[in-house]
Amino acid sequence: MFNRIISLLTASLALAFISVPASAITPTEPLWPTLKVEYFGDRAEFIREDANDLLVLEAPKRAEDAAIVPITIKSLVPQTADKYIKNIYFIIDNNPEPMSATFHLSPDLGLIDITTRMRVDQYTFIRAVAEMNDGSLHMVSRFVKASGGCSAPAGKDAAAALARLGKMQIRMRKPTIGEPVTAQVIVSHPNYNGLQFDQASRLYIREHRVTNMTVSYNDKTLISVDTGISVSEDPSLRFTFTPTEAGTLKADVKDTKDQEFTQQKEIM
Amino acid sequence: MHRILLFLSTLLLSLLITACSSESKNESNNNYPIKEVTDGIYYHQGIHQEPSEENMGAIANVGFIIGERCVAVIDSGGSYLEGTYLRQAITEKTDLPVCYVINSHVHPDHIFGNAAFKDDNPEFIGNEKLPAAIAARQGFFAKTFKETLGAAYKGTEFISPTRTVSIGNPVTLDLGNRKLILTAYPTSHTDNDLTVFDQKTKTLWTGDLLFMERIPVLDGSINGWLSTMQQLKKLDLNYVVPGHGTASKDLWQQGFENQIRYFTTIHDEIRVIVDNLGTIKEATETVGITEQNSWELFLDYHRRNVTASFVQLEWE
Repeated sequence: MFNRIISLLTASLALAFISVPASAITPTEPLWPTLKVEYFGDRAEFIREDANDLLVLEAPKRAEDAAIVPITIKSLVPQTADKYIKNIYFIIDNNPEPMSATFHLSPDLGLIDITTRMRVDQYTFIRAVAEMNDGSLHMVSRFVKASGGCSAPAGKDAAAALARLGKMQIRMRKPTIGEPVTAQVIVSHPNYNGLQFDQASRLYIREHRVTNMTVSYNDKTLISVDTGISVSEDPSLRFTFTPTEAGTLKADVKDTKDQEFTQQKEIM
Repeated sequence: MHRILLFLSTLLLSLLITACSSESKNESNNNYPIKEVTDGIYYHQGIHQEPSEENMGAIANVGFIIGERCVAVIDSGGSYLEGTYLRQAITEKTDLPVCYVINSHVHPDHIFGNAAFKDDNPEFIGNEKLPAAIAARQGFFAKTFKETLGAAYKGTEFISPTRTVSIGNPVTLDLGNRKLILTAYPTSHTDNDLTVFDQKTKTLWTGDLLFMERIPVLDGSINGWLSTMQQLKKLDLNYVVPGHGTASKDLWQQGFENQIRYFTTIHDEIRVIVDNLGTIKEATETVGITEQNSWELFLDYHRRNVTASFVQLEWE
């Protein structure tokens, strides 16, 4: 009897030690060595890291609002027909799905200057990997601290976001033909990423999010972004381009329910 | 072998005895002071810090109202541990049962103590949007606060309301010759805010619709909150218990004025930047700087408020 009590006590002591949680939030092992092979396969070992002569990646030091972290990617070398950045892969290592956006870029863009908004769950490295038209890969990265307190990457007013679903804006100053101008495309969309739980139905809310945003000028694509689940509610794409002649700037957005939203602006 | 077992069991018994004796202490807790706001209304004033293991997440105002039949808890604490301290504080004031645990909104510093009241088998009450808000944040909060609160987190559970209050349909609770009116609001501080009004003493518990001293945090709608504040400041009240900061008879109106000034300032300054096609970065660097010395923890939350407001004002 006494022995049984002892073994019970010993077992519970062992359990107590086992159930002490290891630090749950900040992964101690860097994820990048695994991620780069997953995303780039055999080419992973040829990624030129610290390509600070080609790209600049801007983000706040701390994710002030976990649901809305502005991220800017700029190129330091102008796009030309011979040599240009074809794709930029944007990766947030510690998010549930790290591959957060893939930008397909036109050689007509001039200097790349793109800003978008992401959900950042926790302390993480963020990375931009540029793929040149010759296939070479060049990376810049930085570290973003998590937000404090009660900031969650959840929407603040789900009802309001749904109510204006699909509403779009193209915002820009009056452009001058032949000069670079900054424009912003925003689409109102709750961007449910499939990780939100609906209490009433006891089910996860079905993923309902934007999958692609494409901006074209006179039917020629400037930027096409495949967007992942890290993209913030009301996806926003801010970019610089140079209208070389009068024409139409058009933005097309697609979501997981195959809904399409479009907006355009005449430039004279 | 037997000697080792004997040693282990002695060790374990001594551990258990220590644990039990520290849990069964009955004297009032000097580290957890409770103040009487007015007749039968008590609160613990949260500390103006970020939640941590050391402060057990006790950063918000939590408390209780005692009627002739039973007790209503208004916000349960920032951790299970704080919830147990609050439960203990109630026991020291009355033997009446806890029949209601009211949560003013979804944030951890207001709901994480809920599990400490499970044995009372109360009705848990919140805004009708509280269940969805808990569900949307639960995974994230569990992950982050386990780390932030360390040992104080142990025992914390996410308990959704068993009864909800919808906008436009206030609910009256009777604690025995003491009626409380619970009101739900359109999206303001969050999309699930709730206030508690004690008719007997004309005391309003605002939840986080009012922050005193500590910088308010926007996790809802800047315009919605501004309009809610305009309504609340006109109410005929004797006492106000804010979500953070000092409960008062005569400071609360100034409290609302300060908060209205803060959000009006950032609203107007962001408006100019949005109209000029400026960026969130520009806004967080320049907006609301004049407010810096008016609030505690300004640097911890101001940029976040500007970021959250910015993306809303783009659609105004």
